[in-house]
Amino acid sequence: MVNDFLILMKQELVITLIIFVLLFVKLSNKDTKNETLINFVNILLALNLVSGFFMIREGNLFGDMFHTDELLTLEKNLLNLGTLIISLQSYNWLKDHKHMPEFYILMLSTLLGMFFMISSNNLLMFYLALELSTIPLAALANFDLEKRRSSEAAFKMIVSSAFSSGLLLFGISLVYGATGTLNFAALSTSFTSTPLNIFAFVLLIAGFGFKISAVPFHLWTADVYEGSPVPVTSYLSVISKGAILFVLVSVLYKVFTPLNESWYNMLFIISVLTMIIGNLFALRQQNMKRFLAFSSIAQVGFILIGITGQSAEGSASVIYFVLVYIFSNLAAFGVINLISATTGKENINDYKGFYKTNPRLSWVLAIALFSLGGIPPTAGFFGKFFLLLAGAGRGNYLLISIAALNMVISLYYYLRIIKAMFMDANENPIEDVKAGWSPKLAMIICVTGIIITGLASGAYQYIYSLVK
Amino acid sequence: MADIPISHILFVSTALFFIGMYGLFTRRNMITVLMSIEIILNSVNINFVVFNKYLYPDRLDGIFFTIFIITIAAAEAAVAIAIIINLYRSHRSIDVESAEEMKY
Repeated sequence: MVNDFLILMKQELVITLIIFVLLFVKLSNKDTKNETLINFVNILLALNLVSGFFMIREGNLFGDMFHTDELLTLEKNLLNLGTLIISLQSYNWLKDHKHMPEFYILMLSTLLGMFFMISSNNLLMFYLALELSTIPLAALANFDLEKRRSSEAAFKMIVSSAFSSGLLLFGISLVYGATGTLNFAALSTSFTSTPLNIFAFVLLIAGFGFKISAVPFHLWTADVYEGSPVPVTSYLSVISKGAILFVLVSVLYKVFTPLNESWYNMLFIISVLTMIIGNLFALRQQNMKRFLAFSSIAQVGFILIGITGQSAEGSASVIYFVLVYIFSNLAAFGVINLISATTGKENINDYKGFYKTNPRLSWVLAIALFSLGGIPPTAGFFGKFFLLLAGAGRGNYLLISIAALNMVISLYYYLRIIKAMFMDANENPIEDVKAGWSPKLAMIICVTGIIITGLASGAYQYIYSLVK
Repeated sequence: MADIPISHILFVSTALFFIGMYGLFTRRNMITVLMSIEIILNSVNINFVVFNKYLYPDRLDGIFFTIFIITIAAAEAAVAIAIIINLYRSHRSIDVESAEEMKY
């Protein structure tokens, strides 16, 4: 029994261990060097990542509240990998920061919340985990305490996330009233498409829409991304979004199967709006972080197409795309993080002539943007290809052609940055930036990830075999 | 107790939900915005308790959920007020209009 507990929850337990160690270091008056602590956290995160590939078991805990199996362990591993990359990237920013332990405590609590959310098997557990993964994020957005924009971003984030969880909760309460149960397995059999249930479901989708920033609910995204410190922005745009997408797929496919038709139409409209509006707004952005915010909104539109597939391919393609998205978006954010931490420049115009001074960094950013845009040798192409393939399984070719058109538009703005970096002249370009070993390691992981997942098909095959 | 039909109580909770939503969109003071969110959460609490009491009196899921919502609402309010205090330090105001540096 104890053994079961230790093995089934091993990933959560390691994260909890790190949080407690940092808490006690912070509480004790000893002067521990920041570098030592960061390396300690990174090593434990890497160990957690490696251990996630061994001793995988399936089982339930806490009276069916917590469920885990091979697929869920893989999803947690992906999030863990992303957090490790972000932690490596923010080394330069954190090594002299006097609130370093708090940063990790908040970030790892949200990661813990996401792990529980992925494993949740009950609406109560799901709600608790969701709140654990969003409330500390608002505190993280305010991490630059003295900057005006940072606190503005945090306020927008906490209000919109509290409002969205209010909507979600009202939906959950109606679901409870209609069915009398909160357990996912019991819900999937007793949920029928009565008007009350559909209303509850609309509220639930609105709550989810806020968290993944799908279009009618995307207004907070750009402001929060721009105002937060860069590591927090990359965490928000990749890890937190990825976790909620994993949960959305499993909830839609396993729990709300009786409402298949209605959620198919809802996601169809939301994904078309998300792609078009995300792309059109991304065209006119000048700030790098804001630009990536809108590009990530557009990417969510593509992911929703994969979800509409309603098949094993749909689920596998979403997980595969999140893997690709972790590598490509974090490579882009890695460069932006480095430039922002050393020079404070964040505008696209500042990146003119970047290739002259920093050839290696500009290649990393270029590969990342090619992958986000979906150019063939990189992984991003295959990610989008599988998403559209899964969507085409339903035979809705209108949706697929809108998506294809949007991919063309998105290429324009990704190539605009590449043109600024490689072709445009600039009188005072960004000076030669020294990266240090830690961000370099993160970038090497990301670029090899982009190229290897693009050239070898093993990853998709593996995920597909797990989903089936 | 049993004299009050369930529809009356559901009417109160739904009304509270929309009052909270209206307050969230129209109020200009950040603390009042926070209070509107609490109203939304409390309407959910009423829903849970009523469904549990009237429809499923032999189980306790709804009551448990209410307790957790109250706890988390407190945590949320703590973080939000900390953020508002910090925002007041830099903006010298807790009016929503003052936090408008980032647009479009």
